Amino acid sequence: MMSDLNPALETFTQEVDELLTTMEDALLVLELTPDDVDCINSVFRAMHTIKGSAGLFGFDDVVAFTHEVETLLDKVRNSERQIDVELIAVLLACKDHTVQIIQHALSNENEPLPIALQQQSEALITQLTGSSPISKGMTSTQEKKTDHFVVDINSSDSCDNWIISLAFKQNALRNGMDPLSFIRYLQTLGKIIDVIVSMPTSLCMEELEPEDCFLNFKIAFSSAVDKKTIEEVFEFAEDDCDITILPPHSRQEHYLQLLEHFPEDQLKHLGEMLIEIGALTEKELDCVLREQRNEHKAIIKPVGEMLIAKNILQRPVIEQALIKQEAIKQKINKEANYIRVDAAKLGYLINLVGELVISDAAIRLMVEKHGLSDVNNVVGAMSHRVEEIRDTALQLRMVQIGETFTRFQRVVHDVSKELGKQIQLQITGGEAELDKTIVEKINDPLTHLVRNSLDHGIETPEERIQAGKPEKGIIQLNAYHDSGHIVIQISDDGKGIDSEKIVAKAISKGLLKPDQIVSQTDIYNLIFEPGLSTKEEASNLSGRGVGMDVVKRNIEALRGSVSVDSELGLGTTVTIYLPLTLAIIDGFMVEAQKERYIIPLNMVEECVEMSSTEWKIDHVQHYVNLRGQVLPYLRLGDFLHNNKKHQPTQRESLVVVRFGEEKAGFVVDELHGENQTVIKPLGMLFENLKGIGGATVLGSGDVALILDVQGLIQYAKKRVSPALALSMND
Amino acid sequence: MTAKVNDNGILQIAIHDEMTIYNAHSLKEMFLECCHSGTQELQVDLSAVTEIDSAGVQLLLLLKLEAQKHGFTLRLFRHSEAVIDVFELLKLSLYFGDPIVIHANWT
Repeated sequence: MMSDLNPALETFTQEVDELLTTMEDALLVLELTPDDVDCINSVFRAMHTIKGSAGLFGFDDVVAFTHEVETLLDKVRNSERQIDVELIAVLLACKDHTVQIIQHALSNENEPLPIALQQQSEALITQLTGSSPISKGMTSTQEKKTDHFVVDINSSDSCDNWIISLAFKQNALRNGMDPLSFIRYLQTLGKIIDVIVSMPTSLCMEELEPEDCFLNFKIAFSSAVDKKTIEEVFEFAEDDCDITILPPHSRQEHYLQLLEHFPEDQLKHLGEMLIEIGALTEKELDCVLREQRNEHKAIIKPVGEMLIAKNILQRPVIEQALIKQEAIKQKINKEANYIRVDAAKLGYLINLVGELVISDAAIRLMVEKHGLSDVNNVVGAMSHRVEEIRDTALQLRMVQIGETFTRFQRVVHDVSKELGKQIQLQITGGEAELDKTIVEKINDPLTHLVRNSLDHGIETPEERIQAGKPEKGIIQLNAYHDSGHIVIQISDDGKGIDSEKIVAKAISKGLLKPDQIVSQTDIYNLIFEPGLSTKEEASNLSGRGVGMDVVKRNIEALRGSVSVDSELGLGTTVTIYLPLTLAIIDGFMVEAQKERYIIPLNMVEECVEMSSTEWKIDHVQHYVNLRGQVLPYLRLGDFLHNNKKHQPTQRESLVVVRFGEEKAGFVVDELHGENQTVIKPLGMLFENLKGIGGATVLGSGDVALILDVQGLIQYAKKRVSPALALSMND
Repeated sequence: MTAKVNDNGILQIAIHDEMTIYNAHSLKEMFLECCHSGTQELQVDLSAVTEIDSAGVQLLLLLKLEAQKHGFTLRLFRHSEAVIDVFELLKLSLYFGDPIVIHANWT
């Protein structure tokens, strides 16, 4: 304990030194100009601050003495007493006396003042006030055990006490708590000045269940320990007791001082600031925050207000903290914590990081090849750093999608006016982040989809009322992360998609045969086919049947996918899956027919052995029975090397991949495991290559192709008969 | 526990036991009986209370409340060390207002 306090004591002595010097100087100036308000204030402040700090260390004698001086100075400040040469002389003597009693307190802890000093204190106080000290108790720390004095908790005398309120719950005794034992323990940390025990007045002996607890305690407690220590006393009672600990007055001043000097480099929450200065404990904050979450949104109160209402902290501390917070906020705003960076430079950096990742892979390969076990650790550490650099670099390009979303407020506002509809746009998940290049490219498709909802989805107010829906239509934009992808949803509560109309249109356009059996999902996906619009009349917004196919193509160009779900009369939801980044991904490397391929790791569900006995492989229809699930599969080697004849290897593996709701299996010869994959675009020449999304350079310098999982899943499904495909969608 | 009525209508009881949650039930019954006895004054001898916990304190506090409600005087006397200790801790002596005699051999 002492070692904890020592640095604080040192600060205290320094502070006292400075304050007393200032006081002396001010008093000397006052001798010449007795009306100097600044000087009177600085004398007052010196005494006031010393009193506060001394209270922290439990130097009661110092507190008692400086309190008297302070009271007098307050009178001088309020012009109730004239300052003259005599008074200045007494005050100078008081200053010297303060030095003495502080020295005594520092060197002889817990020992009462020697008679000489005590007498001197009293003499000075008499000179100051013309009367002897009011309460003897204040000047002496030693009291006989039987001494009693009534302390009104709200009186100024007790302001220097902690006020601890304990409201035990009914079951506290039954749970083995004995409130007395906590209070007894509390006594070891300081002095219990007074206790008020209360019970609900409605309680009567007759109805009392003697094992229930109805006791509430309010304890005035004088101690130099901090809030956390006091809180820890009641740690075990936590569940059975509502505890509030209100800091004493002198603490409050200390907190205010700490807030004054609070570091201004970082904006923090109010609660965090208060914890840092020790005015609040983490438990108290947790408790308040939990309560705040449970409150109804409309009546939610700020944390500060709640802390005051719950008697955890006094208002001045909260106010000071809020002022400080505001000051920090402004300072930080002024300093402008953003740097504008040329996107091209950023792109260059990310390219370099990509190269670094490849070099890293090359080094690891070499180390492995030459069996340099002592280099292994170093390389491992470096790889770890490279990974971190990669993530941080990619993070630089991440932007929140919220800004893109909010732009649609205006679109919705304008268009709904134009169409004579009442539409509200609701935005959720705006804080989801994705690569800036993707955000830029997703803007057009999104605009198109929102316009579609506005135009085709939401009905006119009259139609809506007829359908029994609220007059105002709602369009929702939502975004969230899902296994390495970002999912964007545009939904409306409009009239939905009439699948029969689509089928009719598709048949007339020759996209479907009249007798073809198609799943609901497939029907909805037809709207992404070129030239299909069910809108009878085209407006200037949409409905010309061009657009949805463009939307799909744009999204697929970003290695994403789009799907539609709708319920007639209730609304439509369009869901877009997009990868978070286009630069570097975690890949899973496989080998088929001596060629290496990369599958994005987050799409890999599982790897199993391709055993014909276990999975009932259907070689004609190309599906396996994976634990009762029909799974179409594709032999990667055969599919990507059409001309080569498949040579069965000793053992094949099945990699089960998932994209959104769809699954398929890829049959490969060998699994190589995880790989940091830097995506390199393929040249124009290969743009239409089926099933390939890009390429990457391996550590060995070889090129591996990155598989377009979504495209391959589609392909695998097509090879299975439509009837089977139908059963799979169910 | 023993109870006797003095000639001048004062009901006197002595608690020869601890006052804890373990016997809170029987204490309550006894106190309740006293409350309903219609006495002018109830004197409780605490000299043999070896131990007192929160449940015991609660009962004493409640007894004081009941006394005020029923309009009889409650006097605690011959506080045992255990009782004095708790009264000191919770500063309850003033509330009960009974003189506490401290033995010479107080430790």
